[in-house]
Amino acid sequence: MEEVDVEPVVTNISGIRPGKRMGFAWGPGDILVYETQNKASGPTGSGCAFIHVVRKDEDIYSPILRKLFNESHHIFVGLQTIKDDLPSKSKKPQFVSISRNYRSVIRACMEELQQAAVSANDTDMATQYGNQVSILLAIELIWNLCEVLFIDAAPAGSLLLHLLDWVRLHKSDVDEKAKGVLQSDSPAEHRDYWDVVLSYVLQGRLEDTRKMLMKQAMLQPAAKSMYKLMDSLLSKMPFYNPGGTQTLTEFDVKWRNWHEEVDRYLKDNSFASNQHLEVICKILLGDEDVLLEHKELLSTWYYFLITRLLYCHPTVKPTELHYYAQSSMMMFLDSGVPEPLDSILLAAFEFDIHQVIKDCSIALNNWWFVAHLTDLLDHCKLLQSHNLHFGSNLREFLLLEYASGLFTHHSLWQCAVDYFDHCPEFGRVYLELQIERVPLDTERKALKVLRICEERQMSEQVRSICKIMAMRAVRNNRLGSALSWSIRAKDAAFATLISERFLQDYCAKGTFSDLDLIDNLGSTMLLSDRLTFLGKYREFHKLYGEKCFSDAAKLLLSLMTAKIAPQSFWMTLLTDALPLLEQKEVIFSAEQTYELMYCLEELTSSLITAASGSGRPMQEEDVEVTKVEMLRLALARNLASAIVKEGTMQT
Amino acid sequence: MESAKYVSQKVSKARWRPVSSSFLQQPEIFATGSWDNEENKISIWSVGNYENSGLEDGFEGDPQLICENKHDGDVLGLQFLDQERIVTASSTGAVTIFRHHHNSQTISVSQQWVKAHHYPCDNAPCTAVVCSSPEIITVGEDGRIIVLRADQDCMAQVIENADSSTIHAVTYLRTTEILTVNSIGQIKLWDLRQQSNSASQILSLSGDRVPLYCIDRHPNQQHIVATGGQDGMLCMWDVRQGSMPSSLMEAHSAEMWEVHFHPTNPDHLFTCSEDGSLLHWETSSHSDMPSFLQGSRNSSVTSRSAMALAGGNQSLISAWLNGDSSKSRLETTHMLPSQTLSVNSLDVLGQCLVCGTDGEAIFINKQVPV
Repeated sequence: MEEVDVEPVVTNISGIRPGKRMGFAWGPGDILVYETQNKASGPTGSGCAFIHVVRKDEDIYSPILRKLFNESHHIFVGLQTIKDDLPSKSKKPQFVSISRNYRSVIRACMEELQQAAVSANDTDMATQYGNQVSILLAIELIWNLCEVLFIDAAPAGSLLLHLLDWVRLHKSDVDEKAKGVLQSDSPAEHRDYWDVVLSYVLQGRLEDTRKMLMKQAMLQPAAKSMYKLMDSLLSKMPFYNPGGTQTLTEFDVKWRNWHEEVDRYLKDNSFASNQHLEVICKILLGDEDVLLEHKELLSTWYYFLITRLLYCHPTVKPTELHYYAQSSMMMFLDSGVPEPLDSILLAAFEFDIHQVIKDCSIALNNWWFVAHLTDLLDHCKLLQSHNLHFGSNLREFLLLEYASGLFTHHSLWQCAVDYFDHCPEFGRVYLELQIERVPLDTERKALKVLRICEERQMSEQVRSICKIMAMRAVRNNRLGSALSWSIRAKDAAFATLISERFLQDYCAKGTFSDLDLIDNLGSTMLLSDRLTFLGKYREFHKLYGEKCFSDAAKLLLSLMTAKIAPQSFWMTLLTDALPLLEQKEVIFSAEQTYELMYCLEELTSSLITAASGSGRPMQEEDVEVTKVEMLRLALARNLASAIVKEGTMQT
Repeated sequence: MESAKYVSQKVSKARWRPVSSSFLQQPEIFATGSWDNEENKISIWSVGNYENSGLEDGFEGDPQLICENKHDGDVLGLQFLDQERIVTASSTGAVTIFRHHHNSQTISVSQQWVKAHHYPCDNAPCTAVVCSSPEIITVGEDGRIIVLRADQDCMAQVIENADSSTIHAVTYLRTTEILTVNSIGQIKLWDLRQQSNSASQILSLSGDRVPLYCIDRHPNQQHIVATGGQDGMLCMWDVRQGSMPSSLMEAHSAEMWEVHFHPTNPDHLFTCSEDGSLLHWETSSHSDMPSFLQGSRNSSVTSRSAMALAGGNQSLISAWLNGDSSKSRLETTHMLPSQTLSVNSLDVLGQCLVCGTDGEAIFINKQVPV
């Protein structure tokens, strides 16, 4: 048994009285728990009558989050169909755009949850929504970072620019504060003014900084030259342009020159009279102590990291990131114990994809995020094949777990099917096991499940589902439905069963039920012998009704001689032949009469052998004997007339 | 232009609220029913035009939810009875009339027949409903046809054991005649005045008896009927002539769930299917030569025409009955941007099309080229 990574969480079951024992049973996505006395035998007292269902994942039951599952399913299927023939380099923009699609879906969901949290009447619901919003925020943060570092995989130079975008996207409160300041009467004297200016500097938004500083400069004409100096320093800061002709080394040289210039001005005490401008200057130099003094503005260690890199080492290489990340985290966090989010981000900066996935799997209660992210990274060929103990690789394992979770949902199981389809090793087996357990309340649902099975050639499941539906139909006396289900499954045995029911009904009532079905069997008659017999027998009745006696006679005889009719039914057929034999006109020819006699003999001899073994009651035997005698008489008479008729010369 | 709205429930039915023809308005309100949820709902949505918001042409506003109500069981059939009332068919066998109160923007149950469709000891799903106010006709898995009248609690007429298999859809042929389709591939014509327990006429395809799931009648030429079934083939029938379909066209690769002629422009037909596609069929015939003079060969590989129609009414032979032949052109376009899960339902009115899918999305197109 491997070691556990984290201590398991303890959940109290509120319905179970404290001190009592619990019994449990695993389900596909949940546990059934009940109170038990746990005695093997002996008198059982009164127990608790409740069974509790403990679910780990409540998110799939949230109506707003459901949209996330559906939309991401759509994106997932689109991702799988990207052709493999192109080299992965040219597919990178496609993968980036898919990653952005996923993120926009997360954001849309977040906004809706936010609105729901605000408008919720119930405080419990509002807190629940609020929690979901913060989880989604964290997820989007992690995903965005993974997109920047792994999928986009920017080299040194652009790497920092992408990281700057990442931080700016997730720190939108600056803009709100700025709006508040700008809308006031005198922005430069607003209480938050310098906070906004510093935040702009920390985010590297120097254009905005300059605009804000201009307002202050207008208020202090005496310090005009100082502000002008700061303005020029800010405007001269070089930013790397990835599309330009400048190489990284050239940029580095330029940046160092600028850095030295700023340093000179600081040492010159050019900004000594204005405390704020001096702070800005120190930030521009990347002074870590000054940065740490503004922790509340930075609010997170990764923000601190990016700012640090911006002003100390803008040409940072991806491989150097982890060193800066670790040191930033340690400098920023006093307590030293990182939150789960922090360690996930740190693992990302260290380019340890597996650690990121592992930590996310533990922290989140739903496999959605890790499954989709891993799948995308796998498509980018970033995951080494990491064989787990049970054979499949990491991507498949996560997708299987996610899809299995979806399958427990009464409605989302249809999405799960596509996920199983794209797990080459075990997907099919999982699907086969799960699809049989989908409850089938209506025919429409059964048809959809059948279509899924048929498309994947799961003939076992097709047969079993059709049999369930057919049995249900037979129980409700819907023989036509039952027949159509057995036709779909090509189940000859069941078709035979249904035909037997029809024939029994006929023997009991004397007429056929459901004539619309039997009259219109068409080629489906050939599915089973009994069914063919049923169709042909009905045809006989129709011919008789239309008074086409000779055709009816021929058909009747062929039913017996061609052995289409079961022997148990021969008596009935022979009895049906009686009125034809009794007609004034001779219908059966001599040949045919001989054949009928032969059939009767065969039938009686088998009856005698059967009767000699069992002790049948006298009355039944009497009826049988009478019938046989009548038949023999009729046959003899018919034979006589037939011979005469055939022997007569036509004049 | 299509916009997808995700609604957190699998949509089984979508229907536009009828607009009064005198104003030639585009429809704005539609109703949807859900299925396969623990708690199913019937919802009413609005796609207002927002003329005063200065949006560019072609921008489709998101449908907004106006109101919704719990629905017991899957919504297997949904139809607007009039501007305020909606009839639904439920998988519990119940038929319900909901009333939409415009003032308070709420829906409430107005009338219900709880066990309209049933087996001797079980519930039977009611599979389809069609109405022509105040008459409502429902069919179900129990093979019954029931005629109800809104505002009357008793059932006006019940045809017991009308079919030995499940009846999947029903449509009006004339005011007193209806057509039903069942699981053994038969179309049955019923004359409601005759109060008999057997159909007046039975039409079916010879060969494989493929279950049929939807049927619709041509709005102007009442003898032309289109059906779709398990194999995704679109069949055109002429009810007057014989018992065979007059043309078969390969439409979808899986079950066809709904087929609709455009109500005012019947050269256009729409079908939707389990395979996730929604097709728009457009026919135009450019000659009215009698079919027997043109021979029965057709060069198209995707359809088969049945035997040539005998004599009479050559000029009125609808292009639909010829299918895709040398006589008439048939164009098909996919209306959804990409493959989705099954499209369960569609409705078209004027230039507006709405459809609902198993991917829990509703698609609306307000500029259908008809």
